[in-house]
Formats: sequence, structure tokens, C-alpha cells
Amino acid sequence: MIEIAIFAFAAFLLLILTFWKRKSPAVLRELPALARLQRAIGVSVEDGSRLHVSLGQGGLLNAQGGSALAGLAALRIISERTSVSDKPPVASAGDPLLGLLTQDTLQAGYHAAGVDELYAPTSGRITGLGPFGFAAGAMPITANENISANLLLGHFGVEAGLLTEAAERESVQLIGASDNLAGQSILFASAQDALIGEELFAAGAYIGAGPSHTASLTVQDLLRLIVILALLGGAFLKFAGMI
Amino acid sequence: MRILAAVIAIAAGLLVLAGYFFPEISVLVTIQTLLLNWALLMLAAATLVGALNLAAVHTNKIRRREKGNLYSAVLLVFLFGVFMLGLIFKPGHEVMRLLLNGLLLPVEASLMAVLAVTLLYAGVRLLRRRADFTSLIFVATAALILLGSATLPFGNIPVVTSISLWVKQVLAVGGARGILIGVALGSLLTGLRVLFGADRPYGGN
Repeated sequence: MIEIAIFAFAAFLLLILTFWKRKSPAVLRELPALARLQRAIGVSVEDGSRLHVSLGQGGLLNAQGGSALAGLAALRIISERTSVSDKPPVASAGDPLLGLLTQDTLQAGYHAAGVDELYAPTSGRITGLGPFGFAAGAMPITANENISANLLLGHFGVEAGLLTEAAERESVQLIGASDNLAGQSILFASAQDALIGEELFAAGAYIGAGPSHTASLTVQDLLRLIVILALLGGAFLKFAGMI
Repeated sequence: MRILAAVIAIAAGLLVLAGYFFPEISVLVTIQTLLLNWALLMLAAATLVGALNLAAVHTNKIRRREKGNLYSAVLLVFLFGVFMLGLIFKPGHEVMRLLLNGLLLPVEASLMAVLAVTLLYAGVRLLRRRADFTSLIFVATAALILLGSATLPFGNIPVVTSISLWVKQVLAVGGARGILIGVALGSLLTGLRVLFGADRPYGGN
């Protein structure tokens, strides 16, 4: 019953706030990694270099689906903004279903930019199955395809270390976000810009994915506040011997 | 077509969710199981499409004589070789197991070994690249945990071991739970956006 209540409450808030945010401009706090992501998108169009967006190896049929969908939402905007560039973006995934959606999302971006004819199905790739197979397949993209920035947005475990190393070796910028704790710690230690925790889910709002993304950030903040109050309340009641 | 794709995706999502929320209604659970089984079948088909996509990418690299095309050729030879052997011998056969245990697993293990060195190097470079308070805390915590859990030649240092245990069991667990709650909330809202059709990563829209 509690989960239905949380779901219904979150859904209600998201709907209300999405309509509200359509009328008012989004006010977002500064996240240096996402500010650099905006710059990387602009630079790739201006200097004719390519962006590599990697969505990790999270499947859509398990708990990592959320991070995969967040990565796809960001990819949709990135592909729309950079599809007219001399070197359109390339996307990699380590899960078959995610790979198919990657291609579909890239195609949607090209369609939105009005350049359907420039879309190449090989720009969305399944580089390998399993963490290391995926990383081994994605590493050469940085070295061989005139990449100006790597964006890791999705589910990455320890294999993120191999991708950051590949980027470091080529002196290519890397912005990384993962829903996995091991992946986050590795990205924090080895990437120039790492997003921690739920910041992965904020990427869409920061690159202009629309009011539903900014509304979902507000709902996340509200729900987080409720969770904090519930935790503090529970601790107080336990301390007072009431539960 | 785009509207049909959205209707199918939203309806399937809501039905699967209803099966989780109301397990006592058997019709919903049956529909949920059916939809998940279909998704698994699609996953198998998508794997084949993914392999073909991979082959297309690397064939193009060889045709255009791009950088690293020799590795692409090796990949294609092994991809089709293993695929053909799988068709001939079936996946449970001794030959297939030999390929898995003698080739794939050692290669993955070697990548894991490379990763260990890479991470050590990244840890050393961290303070040079980003010399701030959080990086300092990160490196100090990593060193403390390593000192507390490693077998030292002169035996464990009691104070370090107890502080390390406390950091692991109190600070790290608390922080990890906080991050995971944030990730769970983010996943919930992302899923809701897809259910409402605000994000549609399908149907070319």
C-alpha cells in the first residue's frame, strides 16, 4: 500500500509541476560537470569533432533501467543539437535492448533537427555484452573516431575505469555519471568531471530536455525532504522508546 | 505509428506495474508474466540485431581502412567463428566451454588486472588533478580502509583497524544509503516520465 501511495503522490506532483514549469523558466543550481557538458556539445558542433555518448550496460528489464532511460533522454537532446555537425555523435551501449533504443533515439534526434538523411544506423552501437566486453568495445571509439568528449550516462561498474583511462590517454574530456556506487567512486577518482548520486538524473534538465525534466528534479527534492523527515522522525521515536 | 508505439509502451508499462502493485489479482500477474516473457524474447532477438550491428560497424571500418581495422578483422573472424561453432556444437558442448573458459574468461581477467593498475594510478593522480577537500577526504579514506583491511607484515594496527571498521560500517554505509535513496527517487521519476509519455525513447519520435 505504501508503494502505491508513493507512486501516486510522485505521479500527481510530476503532472502538476510539469504544467506549472511550462510557464516559468527553470532555475537550477550550478553543477560544474553539467555546465561542461553544455560546453562540450557546443564545441563539438563548432570544431567538427565528435561526441561519444556511452549509456553503459544496464538492462531495461532490471533495476538499472532508470539510469538507462535517463541516459537515453540526454542522448535525445544531444543528438538533436549535434546531428548537423560535420561529425555527428556516436553512442554505445552494452545491452541489446538499450542498443536498439540508442539507435531509435539517435534517429529521433536527427528527425527533430530535420536532417533524417544524415542518420547512420552504425552511429548507435552495441559494443559488447557484459561489463568488460562492453568496455573493451567502447575504448577504441575514443582513440579512433576524432572524439572531443566522452559522456558516460547510465549504469557503469568498475569497468568505467577502463573508459576513463582510454579518455585520459587520448587527452579527451570525460564527463561521467553512474547509478552504481562502485562506478561512481571510480568516476570520482579518475574522471575530470563526475556526477554523484542522483545528479545523473538531472542531466536532461540541464541540457534543456523540457519542463517534465525540471519538474521531476523538483519532485525528487520534495520526496528527498520527506524521506529525510521520515528518517529523523523514526530515529526520534526510536530514541524516545515509542517504537 | 508514433502514437501507436506510445500507446503500446504506456499500456505495457502500466500493466506490468499493476501486476507488481496488485499481486492478489491473478489476471494482472498473468498479463505481467506474459509481457515480461515477450520482453525476454525481444531481448534475444535484439542480441542478434546487436551482433549484426557490431559486424556492420567493423565491416565499414575495414572497408574504409580506418585506424584499428586490423582489430576489426580479428573481431569479425572470432564473432563469426564462435557463432558457427555454436550452431554446430550447441552452447553446452565441450568445445564451446573450452572457448569460454580458455579464451573469454582469461581475457576478461586480464582486463580486470589492467583495471587494478589503472585505479592505483588514478588514485595517485587524483590530488594532482583536483586538489580540493573532497579529493583529500577520498584519498585519506581509501588509504585508511586499505590499511585497516590489508594483512600487514607486522600485524594489524588496532587503532587503524577499529577506525577503519567504524568508517566502513557507519559513515560509508550511511553515505551509500543516502546515494542509493537519491538514485531510487531519480529512477522512479524517470520511469514516471516514460509512463506519461513525456520521454519516448522509442518509435523514432
